[in-house]
Amino acid sequence: MVNFDLMTVEAIASKVEDNSLIGIPADYSGVPMSVTIEIIKRKKRNLRLYCLPLTTIQGDMLIGSGCVKEIETAAVTLGEYGQAPRFQDAIENNKIKIKDSTCPALHAQLQATEKSVPFMPLRGIIGSDLYHNRKDWSVIDNPVKTHSKDDEKIVILPAVQLDVLIFHAAKADINGNVQIGRRRELATLAHAAKKVYVTVEEIVNEDFFECELKASATLPSLYIDGISLSKNGAWPCGLTDYYTLDSEEMNKYAKAAKHQETFDAYMKNFISQSFYSNN
Amino acid sequence: MTEVLQPEILISEISNLLRDDRHVAIGAASPIPGSAALLAEEERKNSDLKLKVTILHSQKFNNFTDGSRELFDASAQGRIDTFFLGGVQIDGEANINLVGTGRYPKLDKRFSGSFGSALMYFVVPKIILFREEHTPRTLVKKVDFISAPGISPPNVYRPGGPKYLITNRALFSFNKKEKNFKIEKINPEFTLDEVIKSTGFEFKTNKNLKYFSMPSQKRIDILRNLIAPKVLNFYPQFAKKLWFN
Repeated sequence: MVNFDLMTVEAIASKVEDNSLIGIPADYSGVPMSVTIEIIKRKKRNLRLYCLPLTTIQGDMLIGSGCVKEIETAAVTLGEYGQAPRFQDAIENNKIKIKDSTCPALHAQLQATEKSVPFMPLRGIIGSDLYHNRKDWSVIDNPVKTHSKDDEKIVILPAVQLDVLIFHAAKADINGNVQIGRRRELATLAHAAKKVYVTVEEIVNEDFFECELKASATLPSLYIDGISLSKNGAWPCGLTDYYTLDSEEMNKYAKAAKHQETFDAYMKNFISQSFYSNN
Repeated sequence: MTEVLQPEILISEISNLLRDDRHVAIGAASPIPGSAALLAEEERKNSDLKLKVTILHSQKFNNFTDGSRELFDASAQGRIDTFFLGGVQIDGEANINLVGTGRYPKLDKRFSGSFGSALMYFVVPKIILFREEHTPRTLVKKVDFISAPGISPPNVYRPGGPKYLITNRALFSFNKKEKNFKIEKINPEFTLDEVIKSTGFEFKTNKNLKYFSMPSQKRIDILRNLIAPKVLNFYPQFAKKLWFN
């Protein structure tokens, strides 16, 4: 018995609307693969991906399936399994728009929204071609002049609010609080999102706030709009303390994704099988 | 003396560059720098100057608890002495390109992206550029895209920047004022002429050019007996190929 309404994975996917700006967690912080497959099945279009700070098979699959219009990221990569082939193809053939960024800038833009301020300053970046290709970034003179040895030029980045965030996590408690461990970037993403949906491996019969140690590793339910049970929900990516990345499947994907035809065949097979269970 | 493997020589050379550091961080896909840092940590564990190593890819060796922003915040605060960056292309003024080759944005060949380089390169005092492949394709006259610049004007906050470039053929130091690399050491399997021919940019030669040094038997024993099993935990593919095949 839980004190909140459980959603299905399908219901979460249907909350993602075409054209929305969607938060994408990195490979180490709970990749919501079961929902991603449902998004692909529903043929969602013109999604804008905001990666914190990078994406792996999730972004590559969404791009290869034609769901993506634009991506803002510091990297797209399959890690030890090589470059992300559908992403490469989409950029080299002008199929999607890219806002190339750098990890701390992707964090800072969400941190501005967390604080409800219009922009956030960040050092670095000046003199890079990242800056020259970002019309939404500016350089100002440091207006505070705390260390006024030189007039310092500094980059300011706009606050970014996400339409929706979906991630996979280990556990929810009976009140819909979610364990995120030390993956605090998930809290940053959630604070900066209008809607947050989470899939979990299990729901436990306790309240995380009764234990200070557990509470400190928790994203409170006040930021969460819906939870679904999804065993193996991050597969073939890994989930800390539950399962490691499936290298056989990653190799298989990396090979298939090299060409659109073999990618399409791989996805057809992937979609037709049920790797995830909700009980 | 047992046969020393090429990557072990690189690990040993990189380890020497970490001599005075207190905290080294290791980012994505960096098994050789990661092994070098753990080797330096092990060798100094009984000395006064201990080394802390943060390996972001590992659970046990990742010292951060505040999410993936903490690496960048800690670096900006000056808490990281050395960090490693790579590049699809690196040029003679130490500009690095992690984005791709050709004309941006519709590149001929797209690579993964700039990661944290556009901040780390500015704030970490000792950046070691590491790229195993030493060819005119990787070490170029001018990069096609600047992920992070090698040098900055005085009105840009820049306590950090490039100090060394190491490849499978040579070790270079970078001179910020002269905006160029100088060769310091060479892999004895290559001649200076071969290194010049395989480098797309001009660099300063060195009257006191040294060879990559052979790690001592003691160091090799530490590396194979104590470090290799640790590396197996977070870079399994690399460790298996090198030490556990």
